[in-house]
Amino acid sequence: METIIKQKIKEVKKGDQSAFEDIVSFYQNKVFHICLRMIGNSYEAEDLAQEAFIRAYTNIHTFDEKRKFSTWLYRIATNLSIDRIRKKKPDYHLDAEVKGTEGLDMYSQLAADQALPEEEVESLELQTYIHREILALPPKYRSVIVLRYLDELALQEIAEVLEIPVGTVKTRVHRGREALRKRLRHV
Amino acid sequence: MNCNREAIALMHSYLDGELYKEDERRLRDHLQSCPSCQEHFQELKRTTTLVKNATPVSAPPRFTANVMANLPKEKKRKNYLRKLQRHPFLTAAAVFFILMFSGIFTAWNQDQQVTVSKQENLEIRDHTVIVPDGVTVEGDLVVRNGDLRIEGRVDGDITIINGDIVESDSNNESESDNRLDRNNLRAYSGELTEVNQVYEWVWYHAKKTFKEIFTFEQD
Repeated sequence: METIIKQKIKEVKKGDQSAFEDIVSFYQNKVFHICLRMIGNSYEAEDLAQEAFIRAYTNIHTFDEKRKFSTWLYRIATNLSIDRIRKKKPDYHLDAEVKGTEGLDMYSQLAADQALPEEEVESLELQTYIHREILALPPKYRSVIVLRYLDELALQEIAEVLEIPVGTVKTRVHRGREALRKRLRHV
Repeated sequence: MNCNREAIALMHSYLDGELYKEDERRLRDHLQSCPSCQEHFQELKRTTTLVKNATPVSAPPRFTANVMANLPKEKKRKNYLRKLQRHPFLTAAAVFFILMFSGIFTAWNQDQQVTVSKQENLEIRDHTVIVPDGVTVEGDLVVRNGDLRIEGRVDGDITIINGDIVESDSNNESESDNRLDRNNLRAYSGELTEVNQVYEWVWYHAKKTFKEIFTFEQD
């Protein structure tokens, strides 16, 4: 897959816009996932994910083909998300609890097709709860936890995405994990 | 083993898959003997499992189509920019030429003051440099942004940039005829160069540079 993506990037660089479609459809879930876990609600996440892909497209010539494309793309997505979080900071703490319930938005899409059995509803509640607890982490811990556990990135790769030293990543993963442990221990 | 610091640090390293065999054994030994650390470790493991198993979300339907619809149109200007980025040497050459020509043009346009090469006994009057009667100017004479009237003699080449060589006043026409003859014959002993157009100015510069290099090589 990696080689196909590399080929597609070459085509986009040559000016073939349609080659970008395959790149978007291959990475859309991961990018949307990162944005959703970072920002909390699916409308804003969709907006951010879309902007991330558009930025990747307009800046594709700055991408070094010797490096991993996903790292570069995730960096754009996390930076955009962190910027957005910073901008809305003034009202962020006041209604953090209320915001958390917006996490339900993303499940409304899942629920659209079929009626859910009882246990699945329960599991959805748990998912929403975990989602909310991740969102309650400060952004710098949230970003490492999201990249570490939702995309299973190695510490070294997280360091490259966030452009911080591996040691810092380690510390943040540890602290983020401890914070989550305290919040989820009663679940 | 210190529970609060060392053991917990080892637990996190273990969860990151970065624990050496020896440390892993130490951790295991400690966990067997310390119930509070065992609980802590179980909670951490459970937390990571919960977070890992959080349902992966999919992008909304038509996400890719929306992105594609919102991409900026391929513009010619963009292609042009990309070409510039792809050919740094060409870009460097273009920038060099722009700077060189703009430099020469600016020098041509801005210098509107009459300047003359350093020689004694020259008079400057109303944008006209006069070599007075009976005076002999030694060496090459360069006049810029002004006319030149020779009543005496110039021993060397004359270059007039943005100006003309002026013959005498209309009052003493007869005398001027004489002087003109004399001018033609002996007023200056070298070459006369007049530069009046921008392209001539550029050509003059090129020739001067070439000459300098040539002379240098001959030396």
